[in-house]
Amino acid sequence: MSFVAYGDTIQDGDTAVVFLGHESMFPVKVQHGSVTQTKYGVIRHSTDLIGKKYGSKVTCSKGGWVFILHPTPELWTMNLPHRTQILYSTDISIITMMLELKPGSIVCESGTGSGSLSHALIRTVAPTGHLYTVEFHQQRAEKAREEFREHGVEHLVTVTNQDVCKNGFGVSNIADAVFLDIPSPWEAIGHAKSALKAEGGRICSFSPCIEQVQRTCLAMEECGFTEINTLEILLRVYNVRTVSLQIPDLGKAAEDNSSTGFDSSNPSHQGSPCANLQQGTVQFKSAVPLREVVGHTGYLTFATKSLV
Amino acid sequence: MEGGPSARIREGDCAVLKRDEVFKAVSVLRRRKIIFEKQWFYLDNAIGHIYGTTFEVTSGGNLQPKQEVEETTTETKEAGTDNRNIVDDGKSQKLTHDDIKALKDKGIKGQEIVQQLIENSTTFRDKTEFAQDKYIKKKKKKYEAVITIVKPSTRILSTMYYAREPGKINHLRYDTLAQMLTLGNIHAGNKMIVMETCAGLVLGAVMERMGGYGSIIQMYPGGGPVRAATSCFGFPKPFFDNLHEFPLSKVQSLLSGTFSTETLPADPEENALVEEESNGLSEEKQTSLQETEEEPATEAPMEINPTEEQDTMDINAEDAEFKENKEKENKENVREKQIKQWERRKKLKEAAALLREKNADGLIVASKFHPTPLLLSLLEFVAPSRPFVVYCQYKEPLLECYTKLRERGGVINLKLSETWLRNYQVLPDRSHPKLTMSGGGGYLLSGITVVLEKGKSDSSNSDALKMEEPSSKRCKLQDLPC
Repeated sequence: MSFVAYGDTIQDGDTAVVFLGHESMFPVKVQHGSVTQTKYGVIRHSTDLIGKKYGSKVTCSKGGWVFILHPTPELWTMNLPHRTQILYSTDISIITMMLELKPGSIVCESGTGSGSLSHALIRTVAPTGHLYTVEFHQQRAEKAREEFREHGVEHLVTVTNQDVCKNGFGVSNIADAVFLDIPSPWEAIGHAKSALKAEGGRICSFSPCIEQVQRTCLAMEECGFTEINTLEILLRVYNVRTVSLQIPDLGKAAEDNSSTGFDSSNPSHQGSPCANLQQGTVQFKSAVPLREVVGHTGYLTFATKSLV
Repeated sequence: MEGGPSARIREGDCAVLKRDEVFKAVSVLRRRKIIFEKQWFYLDNAIGHIYGTTFEVTSGGNLQPKQEVEETTTETKEAGTDNRNIVDDGKSQKLTHDDIKALKDKGIKGQEIVQQLIENSTTFRDKTEFAQDKYIKKKKKKYEAVITIVKPSTRILSTMYYAREPGKINHLRYDTLAQMLTLGNIHAGNKMIVMETCAGLVLGAVMERMGGYGSIIQMYPGGGPVRAATSCFGFPKPFFDNLHEFPLSKVQSLLSGTFSTETLPADPEENALVEEESNGLSEEKQTSLQETEEEPATEAPMEINPTEEQDTMDINAEDAEFKENKEKENKENVREKQIKQWERRKKLKEAAALLREKNADGLIVASKFHPTPLLLSLLEFVAPSRPFVVYCQYKEPLLECYTKLRERGGVINLKLSETWLRNYQVLPDRSHPKLTMSGGGGYLLSGITVVLEKGKSDSSNSDALKMEEPSSKRCKLQDLPC
């Protein structure tokens, strides 16, 4: 396996995802002789994992079972060890499209943080593109390097440990796109401009606060960026539920109910809400929003570097 | 990947015209009149310039690269503080309609017209600085006609289609398309199955993300795949080498093992009939008939001529020719046709062989059809531990699809979702969300395939259900800084 190419079977050294049930999963490093504890019991890597097909059901020692999944940047985002606040797949999706990333793209990113976006960027620009990522926190930079090595993508990424606002990206005239997720992106806009190719490219800055966005937009304008556009994307997830609503007793006789105009009692409405008038309920399928959802992650400001 | 020469506009290129937020896809051809945003011009002068160049339209429809000019509004900065004394008497502009028309007819630059309008506005000086700014911006938009020529990309084409012809792409909003590409883990080297009726936009987006590496099998309804939007991307020829297509109507026979290329729509009679059905125009008519409540989507079609890759069109044209010459029975023609059929059959065999391996790396569905039967059949061709994404303009069919997939098994992490997109105006002291936003960009059902146990009993089925039941755990909200 690798994060940039699918493999069929689980091998020693792979990073796999153990799927226990709804939204409950964790990553595991597959190693001969190693064991992993789950709430369904123990998984022995040598016998239970290595050589098995990705997507297989694996029975644990207590008789419970889990699925073993091939890693993807999206699964990694849901399961990675947080060293910082991370970007989630909803924002990552729009960033990738609006930066026009594809195989062969050269991208600059700062900061690396926990590497959530980095994995997605690497996946998209592989096999011929490259990611230059800058992280000013030394331990985080080292940890990121280690993860890229473990995930078989180190040849596609260069991690630099420096302050992007002071020292830039360490490359110039090379990037098709730049992404900034730092507290003061306006201080890095000039460096971003020089990292981008002479013939132009795209930039994106992620900031939680509108004041940061305002300063960034001003800096972008001063640097000659065009098509400056700020947007926000929010994910709404729905639970699929079968709901029954009780029919109120208005004191009518049972036979009369059929003439009250319930379309459910009309046989031509197959598959739509079905009423059980004897029990006094109507059943239907509904998409129910979660009780509490993410209302804001950050503003995304995009712009284009036009040619000289 | 794209070095110097390809960054220049060349004859025959697929390009996109941009004016403010409005896009139009065109093919760059000499001596060809283009009408865009109520203006006509020729692209001849644009050839040789770098993509991203902004042009001004001059008299006679010529394009001239725009010179960078300093803002002319730096004169005496006089402005009011509020509008208590500004009365709308309709007489503040001293230039009449005819005066303005005369200025335009004289071929005076838009920039100067704007300046004249400002000078002849009696209220301009009393307006607040912000209002002055807004006034100038509005006039500039009207009189300073500048056009930028950009390279096509998924970003630009999906924005363009959603704004201009949402009906043709089943109202798939660009942020929803972005989600599909990410949720589907689309990347170089994949073997993807794509079933879409979005004019080939989704196919193009997948092709862009795969960069010519890997293979794509496009499942199509009717007589051939529609790729009008795909051709707007201007992909290099090699991108089409590993693009296969397979008719939806043959899926069942492929799954049951009775598939054979001998029974294909191979003979001209049948061929002609099927091709006609799939003709882009008749298809559009069908959709617009179905959606009677919608405003007739009869905007001018995007100006792009089909490339040679679009073999449906070629076949169409040939069929027409065939009918004309029916009496003559031109032998040459018949032979050419046979060769073409033989090639089609060969391509079909290849696509069938790829599907039969049942090891695709993902499935993307975005069509006008009910998603449930598509999913239940097409998932058979996908390897375990691979993502799939289904788009639907409506939520309800996805509810059913969700239930049916649960009954079938072999899928986990099912998720029904929607994204909201909000654009912002960011200006000093004037930042706020834009006044209008899109009402809806469709819904997605996504999940991951797992090994489907053969002959599974009902009990294991209900187990799976139990397992997938959402936990009562309160969903954790991430802490946000600031």
